[in-house]
Amino acid sequence: MASLNTAPSKPDAAPAATAAPRRRRRLDLHERPELILVPAVFVVVVLAWQFLTVPLGIKEYVLPRPTQILDAFVAQLGSPAFWSNVRVTVTEALTGFVIAAVGAILVGTFVAQVRVVERTVMPYVVAIQTIPKVAIAPLMVVWFGFGAESKIIMAAVIAFFPVLVNVIAGLKSADADKVEMLTSFGASKFQIFRMVRLPSALPFIFAGLDIGVVFSILGAIVGEFIGAKEGLGYQLLQANYNFDIPGLFAVLLALSVLGIVAHLIVRYANRRIVFWNSGDRGGAH
Amino acid sequence: MTRSAASSGNVRTPEDAHDRWIDVRGLQKIYRPRKSEPTHALADVDFTVRKGEFVAVVGPSGCGKTTLLKILAGLVQRSEGTVRISGVDVDGPKREVGMVFQAPTLLPWRTILENVLVPVEVQKLDRTAHRKRAVELLDMVGLGGFADKYPNELSGGMQQRAGICRALVHDPAVLLLDEPFGALDAMTREYMNVELLRIWRESRKTAVLVTHSIPEAVFLSDRVIVMTPRPGRIAEIIDIDLDRPRDLSIMASDAAGVYVERIRRYFNNSGVIN
Repeated sequence: MASLNTAPSKPDAAPAATAAPRRRRRLDLHERPELILVPAVFVVVVLAWQFLTVPLGIKEYVLPRPTQILDAFVAQLGSPAFWSNVRVTVTEALTGFVIAAVGAILVGTFVAQVRVVERTVMPYVVAIQTIPKVAIAPLMVVWFGFGAESKIIMAAVIAFFPVLVNVIAGLKSADADKVEMLTSFGASKFQIFRMVRLPSALPFIFAGLDIGVVFSILGAIVGEFIGAKEGLGYQLLQANYNFDIPGLFAVLLALSVLGIVAHLIVRYANRRIVFWNSGDRGGAH
Repeated sequence: MTRSAASSGNVRTPEDAHDRWIDVRGLQKIYRPRKSEPTHALADVDFTVRKGEFVAVVGPSGCGKTTLLKILAGLVQRSEGTVRISGVDVDGPKREVGMVFQAPTLLPWRTILENVLVPVEVQKLDRTAHRKRAVELLDMVGLGGFADKYPNELSGGMQQRAGICRALVHDPAVLLLDEPFGALDAMTREYMNVELLRIWRESRKTAVLVTHSIPEAVFLSDRVIVMTPRPGRIAEIIDIDLDRPRDLSIMASDAAGVYVERIRRYFNNSGVIN
């Protein structure tokens, strides 16, 4: 807390311009205690993990201490093989994600336009959603081989449905008032779609993309588990076979970083593109 | 004038066309929901509006006045009767109509100027010429400095004014207003009434305003159509013989008070207002 309230008690006759942001920052901490609590929980858990595993008699080769994991991670950062694996997995996941996103937006748009199509397709979408898609990974490897294709397809299949469902829900979320307003000026169905339904759907579509991008990494890893000669999933399995548990944790750490970065990129794009939805903009006076 | 002569547009004299710019005859609207009883929303509604006239429709909630306006706008299908604007049957939204809604219904992802230009984009009109007009309209309603702001940066009254500009940008002959100031506080509402009167005077539109405020109807209109509820019928059409141009002080006059009382009596008698 002290470190966040940086200003030494009362600074030298603070000019109005700097006083405002400083006040806002203090207000933020009051209203959003999680800004302190989230890092605090992390610190407590990591410290407990670091200093309690040995007294509790937990073997290091079962659960290495955080410092050992960090060492292993840093060692990986200097290894070209690791970076090559990162590149492979990211390429697979990203390609699969783009295929899923484009496909889901096209299919979802078509489904949301035609009521008969929607009523016909939705039961299948719901049914397919209940299948654990991870279970089809072995089949994908049989069909598409040990190369990148089977991983890309796994990533795409897993990322497709959350985006699709959100595209359909989003396109149906437009305000009836806005649609009526455009209709009163003589707008065609396509104009209403372009000027109201699509922008209204964007917050939903981004929510779907946010889930989808994380799922696509999951898809690529699962594909690599089933059969691969490279990629982070492959490296994770290798570490496991070699009983290199710190190395395994290092890969897990790398995967979390990838997931968080992907999520942040989607969130950033969301804030830029769906700027009107942030809620705290300007405000009426 | 007989019905058959009026229904064939080319027989009519120019004066007649002028007097019957909006021509509503034998209008009926019955909503027939699939799973409940049909509702008779409008029954035997007959009225005309002269070109350039300001007419208000007042009535308690549920008297079908918004339905009536939406039928004029071509947004709701009528069940029976004829509805013509400038001699043309209304069978859908028309170019020559501009509508102002209860809520501003601006698109939050467009700037105020882009919002005002929505009808221009929809009707594929000349963009540069109308852009100039949109800027002039915004200036006229005092939003000149807000063209590039987004709707959520404006107050409710300012958003509604932008909505009025949007209804006027494509220069429609008819302006339809559906309780446009219902959501505003009393002070802003009075101010907006004065603004609307000025905009109407300067743009010379034929205006039909739906409202549940009797003083607002008297202040703005040449004639007030009083409606009774369920099914909505016209109780009386009252000529408001107050000098123009008007300002708010006219509402303190005896003449205005008499009109307000006269209209209010309908609702007192029918028991919809205590």
